[in-house]
Amino acid sequence: MLSKRIIPCLDVKDGRTVKGINFVDLRDAGDPVELAAQYAKQGADELVFLDITATHERRKTMIEMVKSVAKQLNIPFTIGGGITEIADAEALLNAGADKISINSAAVKNPQLIEDLAKTFGVQFVVLAVDTKHINGKNIVHLNGGRLITELETENWIKRAEDLGAGEILLTSMDHDGTKQGFDCDLLGKINKMINIPIIASGGAGKTEHFTEVFQKAGVDAALAASVFHYGEILIPDLKQELKRNNIPIRI
Amino acid sequence: MIGIVNYGAGNIFSLTAALERQNIAYGMVNTEADLEKYSHIIIPGVGHAGAAMKKLEQTGLVNAIKALKKPVLGICVGMQLITQHSEEGNANLLNIIPLNTKLFDKELGIKIPHMGWNTVEFKNNLLFKDVPVDTQFYFVHSYFIEYNPTFDIAAVNYGNKFSAAIQKDNFYGVQFHPEKSGEAGERLLKNFSNLSS
Repeated sequence: MLSKRIIPCLDVKDGRTVKGINFVDLRDAGDPVELAAQYAKQGADELVFLDITATHERRKTMIEMVKSVAKQLNIPFTIGGGITEIADAEALLNAGADKISINSAAVKNPQLIEDLAKTFGVQFVVLAVDTKHINGKNIVHLNGGRLITELETENWIKRAEDLGAGEILLTSMDHDGTKQGFDCDLLGKINKMINIPIIASGGAGKTEHFTEVFQKAGVDAALAASVFHYGEILIPDLKQELKRNNIPIRI
Repeated sequence: MIGIVNYGAGNIFSLTAALERQNIAYGMVNTEADLEKYSHIIIPGVGHAGAAMKKLEQTGLVNAIKALKKPVLGICVGMQLITQHSEEGNANLLNIIPLNTKLFDKELGIKIPHMGWNTVEFKNNLLFKDVPVDTQFYFVHSYFIEYNPTFDIAAVNYGNKFSAAIQKDNFYGVQFHPEKSGEAGERLLKNFSNLSS
């Protein structure tokens, strides 16, 4: 049986891991390569690295970090942040990344999804979506949540799937940083709508929240950052808890 | 020493890193003469099977690979290449093992690609030596190799039952990514490197 995946997310800035509460107030949480190896040892199924201040000049630093991670890590990992063209993705692929995550660049240029999927395969292309509930609608936000768009989240995700996205990483900005649980209603709705895997993100505070998101929303994977980085939830404990609740998991 | 067929289909950084972690020596196969240098051969591959086959044909290595008598391991698309045909690009492949590579059926109510860790039921085969029963391996693919008891050495269920690993004589293939499958995957690479040629 296919297991549900537990994915620690490492926000990276200048080669260091940080985590923002509601995307601001960043705190240092350590060296990404070391953290990655630790997570693999603990039983993480996959990792996501988000370069939150990706700019053209910093790209080289990121490539070096990706290479170091790939050398040490024996589980898959995704890199996101600042990928705007095929060449960016190719450099990351060649450095050992298994998948890339795109967000703002895809909204500005949806054709990028199709181009990436055709060049590297759909399995390489993760579409990250930051969504916020506004006046009864779910609206896509960009630039780490600072910029509102006119796109409705449901429509955008459906379109991205048609263009060739291989996986959706959906972050609820209303829940992110609150530690009050994932947005199971929205995640469940999106999960039913699409035929590609979906990763739940935003709101994890305790182990029960993971059980809840798998049982209620049926998502394929759940992602969290600070609860893992600061040891509030230990992955081995979390997986035992999920197993007790009959959720298929890799121990 | 392992030779990796270098035909430009996908990233091999993770594979070489995994071999390095296991202290398994390797080199690249670019020409027919290179095939002679190594005791074991790996055909890697990600992406589109039809496109990968075209790239492999451009290397001029096809007939030499088919004639190999030493252990050969195809990984993911590299495994699909050793079958007869893929629905991906309606491509005729190496036909070393007479099996078909098919697209997952959406109507089975499954997400495509098949992405993540799945339990593999493997047979008593040297490739899986010392791998614990019910071990999970990391898969990421939209096409699968049909189950056939003659060539199957490991099966997996996702929508339907298909082959996670196949073997015919000295040719082996695994659909999952051993280089991304934790300790079990590293064990499998080690086992392959220990197969007698």
